[in-house]
Amino acid sequence: MAEDQGNGLPSALRRRLLMGLAGLPAMALMPRTSFAAAPATAAVNTTGLAVTDTEVTVGVLHSLTGTMAISETGAQQAEKLAISQINDAGGVLGRKIKIVQEDGASDWPTFAEKAKKLLVNDHCAAVMGCWTSASRKAVLPVFEQYNGLLYYPTFYEGLEQSKNVFYTGQEATQQILASLDWIHKEKGAKTFFFIGSDYIWPRTSNKIARKHVENVLKGTVVGEEYFPLGHTQFNSVINKLKLKKPDVIFTDVVGGSNVAFYKQLKAAGIDLSKQLLLTISVTEDEIDGIGGDNIAGAYSCMKYFQSLKNPNNEKFVAAFHKMWGDKTVIGDVTQAAYLGPFLWKMAVEKAGSFDVDKVVAASPGLEFKEAPEGYVRIDPNHHLWSKTRVAKALPNGQFEVVYESPELIKPDPFPKGYQ
Amino acid sequence: MIRPASPSTVHDNPFMKPMEWVSLALLAAVIFLVLPLCLDAFRLNLAGKYLSYAFVALGLVICWGFGGILSLGQGVFFGLGGYCMAMYLKLEASSVENTKIQSTPGIPDFMDWNQITALPWFWKPFASLPFTLIAVIVVPALFAFVVGTAMFRRRVGGTYFAIITQAIAAILTILIVGQQGYTGGINGITDLRTLNGWDIRTDSAHNILYFVNGALLVACILFAQYVKRSKLGRILVAMRDKEDRVRFSGYSVAGFKTFAFCLAAVFAAIGGAMFTLQVGFMSPSFVGIVPSIEMVIYAAVGGRLSLFGAVWGTLLVNWAKTTFSESFPELWLFGLGGLFILVVLAFPNGLAGIYRTYVEPRLTRRAKAPESAPTALPHAAE
Amino acid sequence: MFGDYSLTDLSSIFVMQGFAGLILFSVYTLMALGLAIIFGQMGVINMAHGEFMILGAYVTYLCSGFFQTHLPALFPAYFFVAMALAFVASGALGMLVEWALIRHLYKRPLDTLLATWGLSLILQQTYRTVFGAREVGVELPSWLIGSVQVTDSIEIPINGMFVMAITTLITLGVALLMYRSRFGAQVRAVVQNRPMAGAVGIDTEKVDRLTFGLGCGIAGIAGSAFTMVGSTGPTSGQLYIVDTFLIVVFGGAASLLGTIASAFSISQTQSTLEFFLSGSTAKVITLLAVVGILMLRPQGLFTLKVRR
Repeated sequence: MAEDQGNGLPSALRRRLLMGLAGLPAMALMPRTSFAAAPATAAVNTTGLAVTDTEVTVGVLHSLTGTMAISETGAQQAEKLAISQINDAGGVLGRKIKIVQEDGASDWPTFAEKAKKLLVNDHCAAVMGCWTSASRKAVLPVFEQYNGLLYYPTFYEGLEQSKNVFYTGQEATQQILASLDWIHKEKGAKTFFFIGSDYIWPRTSNKIARKHVENVLKGTVVGEEYFPLGHTQFNSVINKLKLKKPDVIFTDVVGGSNVAFYKQLKAAGIDLSKQLLLTISVTEDEIDGIGGDNIAGAYSCMKYFQSLKNPNNEKFVAAFHKMWGDKTVIGDVTQAAYLGPFLWKMAVEKAGSFDVDKVVAASPGLEFKEAPEGYVRIDPNHHLWSKTRVAKALPNGQFEVVYESPELIKPDPFPKGYQ
Repeated sequence: MIRPASPSTVHDNPFMKPMEWVSLALLAAVIFLVLPLCLDAFRLNLAGKYLSYAFVALGLVICWGFGGILSLGQGVFFGLGGYCMAMYLKLEASSVENTKIQSTPGIPDFMDWNQITALPWFWKPFASLPFTLIAVIVVPALFAFVVGTAMFRRRVGGTYFAIITQAIAAILTILIVGQQGYTGGINGITDLRTLNGWDIRTDSAHNILYFVNGALLVACILFAQYVKRSKLGRILVAMRDKEDRVRFSGYSVAGFKTFAFCLAAVFAAIGGAMFTLQVGFMSPSFVGIVPSIEMVIYAAVGGRLSLFGAVWGTLLVNWAKTTFSESFPELWLFGLGGLFILVVLAFPNGLAGIYRTYVEPRLTRRAKAPESAPTALPHAAE
Repeated sequence: MFGDYSLTDLSSIFVMQGFAGLILFSVYTLMALGLAIIFGQMGVINMAHGEFMILGAYVTYLCSGFFQTHLPALFPAYFFVAMALAFVASGALGMLVEWALIRHLYKRPLDTLLATWGLSLILQQTYRTVFGAREVGVELPSWLIGSVQVTDSIEIPINGMFVMAITTLITLGVALLMYRSRFGAQVRAVVQNRPMAGAVGIDTEKVDRLTFGLGCGIAGIAGSAFTMVGSTGPTSGQLYIVDTFLIVVFGGAASLLGTIASAFSISQTQSTLEFFLSGSTAKVITLLAVVGILMLRPQGLFTLKVRR
C-alpha cells in the first residue's frame, strides 16, 4: 500500500484497480493490515489538526514525575500499547498514530499548560490523559476552549459531562451502588464506616454511598472520616473502628496514605478475613506498594481485574506483559486507559473524519467488543456502559472476582436522589 | 553573613545609573517587543505566566537580597492574591444562568458539590471588582504584617524565619485543601471565564493581559528601584550586614524588616492576581512549600541583589523547565536540581553576578559604550 | 458518643488510644531527630531529609529481597541488618554531600536550603530511574506483623512497639553521644564558637562531616523503620517533610529536648483530636494551634540561649 500512496497518478479508478490486484496476494501475507485507501487528508481533517497523509498526532498527557507518577505509569503504558497495536493493524483511516508525550508533573497548572500545548502547538487530534480529578478540572476549560478531545481513564466522582471529554472509567454510581447491594445481600452488612482521603472524589463517592446505605439498604453509617492527602498515621481511626465495630469498612483512601492505612490496619490486628472491608481505591497497582499480605481478604469494586477470565483479557495481559515486562501489574485504570485509543479510532472511522465535532457526534452508541473487561458501549452522556465487579484481594497481589453485575450498568454522572 | 556590598553609592545618588537605564530599556524591549513579535499566542501566554512569577522574584530581591530576610512562604502571598482574584472571577462565572443544573444555582460549582447551600460570608464582598482589587493588595499585606511583626519583634531571623514561613505555607495548603466547600479544595478554583463581562479566555484577552502584566512589572521594578535608592533601602542593606549596629543607632529594625516583608508580599500578590487572570485558575499547588521554594530559586538564579536579574532568572528557569520537560520528560528533574546546586555553589549572585564579574568590566573598559550592553545581557540571560 | 459502650470497652479503647499516641510520638521523634541534629547543631536546613529517609527505606527493600532469595533462613532477622545498612548508606551519602556541597556553604546558611532542595530533586529522580515510579512493597518478617493481645479487647500493634523501642534506643544513644561523649563535646563546642573550637585543636571540618552524616544516618534508620507503617516510593519522603519541619520549628532550634517535647505535644494533640473529631479537622486544628503558638512564641518551645 505504501507505493500506492506515493503514486504520481492518483486517479480513483487506477487506484482501485491497483489496490485490487496488489491487495490479493498481500492480503494473505498481512491479514491485519487495513487495505482501504487512506482518504484524502483535506477530506478527513477540516479543522487544522495534525493529520498528514500518513500520520495523525495524538497526545499522551500523564505525570511522569511527582507523586502521581506512581499511579499514572500504568495508564500511560496502556495507552502506548493500544496505540502501537492500532498502528500495527494499519492505523486510523490509513494513518499511523504519532505520539506526543507530555509530563503533567503531578501539578495541575502544568497539566493545563501542557494540554494547551498539545492542542494549540501540536494540534493533536485527540489526547489520552489525566488521572486525578484536579488535573481533569484544570485541563477541562482548555479542551472546551480549543475544541480538543480528551479520553479520561480514571474512575471518578461524576458531576461532570463535557462535550470534549470521553470518560472511559466509571463514574461514582456505576462503581459503588452494585457493590454495596452485593455486600448487603450476600454478607448481610448493615453498618458502614467510611474512611477517605480529603478531596472531592472520596467525598462525593461517600455521599452517594451514604445515601444508598441509608435510603435503599436501610443500613446505618456509623462513621465518616477524612484524612489529608499524604497522611500516614491511622492508629486513632483504627481504634475508632475497633470501638464502633462496623459490619463493613468502606474506604477510598489514595496514594501513600493507602499503603500506610492497610499496613497499620494489619498491624493493629484487624483481620480482613473476618472484618469486611470494601474499597473503591485499591487496584492491582496499589497492592504492589501495599503488599499482598497486608490487604488479602479485602473486597475491591472495580470494573476490571487483571485476573478476569476471557479471551480478550488474556490477549491484552499477554501483550501488556510483552511490551512492559512480566512483573507489571494491570489495574482498573490501566485497562480503562487502554480503551481510549480504540474508542477514538472506532469513532473516527465511523465518522470518516478526524474532526472533533464529527468524532464526538459519531461516538454515542459505539460498541467495543474486544475490550479486556468484556464489552463496553458509549452512552450519549460520554461515559461508558460497563459492568461492576467485586473481587477479593489475594496474598499474591491479584484479585479473585466474586461478583459481577449481570448487565452493563448505565452511567449516570448526575444521579437523581444522590446529590 | 558576608555578602558583596550592594552597588549603591552613598554620595551622588541618582535614581538609576546609566547602565541601569539601559537594563531597564532592554528588559522593556524584550517584554514589549521581542517576545510578542517572536512568540505565538500560546507561548506568549506562557511567557505572561512566567512574568507573573517575576513579581514574586522581585519581592524576594527586596526582602532577601537587600533585607536578608529569606521567606520560603512567598507562595502564600502569591496564592492569597491569586485566590482573591479567582473568587471574584468565580462568582462572576457562577451566575444563576450558568449554574442552573446545580441544586443551589448561583453559587460556585464546588460549593454545590460539597452541599453548601448559601454563599459563605467571606465570599460575598468579592462580588465587587473594586473590593477585589483592594483585597488583592490588602489581604496579603495584612497577613504579612501580622506574621512579620510577630517574628521580627522577637528578633526571629535567618534560617529560623525561613522555615517558619515554610511551615505557614504548608499549613495554609492543608487548610485550603481541607476546606474544600469554601475554597475548591485541591482542585482549586477552576473554569474562570470573564472579568467584569470581558472574556479572559480569548487570545486577544491574553495579549492584552500580557501587556498589562508587563506594564505592572515595570512599574513594580521602578518602585523597587525607588525603595532601593531611598534611605529605607540603604537601611535595609545596613541591617542585613550588621543588624545590631542599625539597632543601636536607634532605628526600629523590626519595623523596617516588616515593611520589606510586606512589600514583597504585595508584589507576590499582584503576581498571583495576574497569574489567575492569564491562566484562568488558581489552585493550592501554588501556595505550598514546593512552589515557594521554586520562586526563591528564580531570584537566586537571576541574582538576589539585582532587580532586573530576578526577572531574567524567572524567565530563564521557567523557560528551561518547560523546554526540559518537553524534550526530556523523564530527566528534567536532574537538570533542574543540578541548576539549583550549580547556581548556589558557583554563582551565588546568579546571572547578575556573572554579568557584573565578566561582562560589565569589559564593557566599561571598551571606552564606555553602553550601547553594546544590549547584546551582552541576553547572552547572560538566555 | 460513649453512651452505648460498656466500661471495659471504653477503658481498653483508652489504653489502645494511649498507645496510638505514643506510637505517633515515636514516629515523629524518629523523623525529626536527624533533622534536629543537623539544623540545631549546624544551622543547616536539609531539605533532602525526606529523601535520605527514603534511601533507608529502599535499602530495606533491597535487603528484604536479598535475604528472601539468598538467605531465607535468616529472613526473620533481616530487619536489623537492613537498619544498620540503612544507617550506613544514608550516613555515607550524607557525608559525601557534606563534603561536596554543604561545607562550601557554611557561611551562607540560607543557601544550603536551596542546594539541598536541588539535591532532593536529583535524589527523587534517581530513585525513580533506579526503582521505577511505582511504590515498592517491603516484605516484613512474620514476627513484626500483627499485634499483641494484652487482654481480650486490648491489642497493641507489634510494629508500633518496635518503632517505640527503636526510637527510645536511638534517642538515648544520641543523647549519650551528644552530652556524654568526647565527640558530643566537640560538636557542642563547634556550635557555640567555631573559631575558638578550631583554636583549641578540634578538627571542625571533621566534626561537621560526622554530625551531618549522623543526622542523615538517623534519617536512614527512620526510613527503614517506616517501611513497616508507610509507603516506599520515589516521592514518599515528601509525605514526612512537612511534619518533620513543623516539629523542629515548634520545638525550637538547637534543642534536642525541645524537639522531643514538641513531638510529644503535637502527637498527643493530634492523636487525641483524631479520636474525638475527624482526621482532617484534627490535623487542621493541630496545625492552627502550632501556628498560633509560633506567633506568640516564634522562637519555639525551647531555645538555647546564645549570643546573636
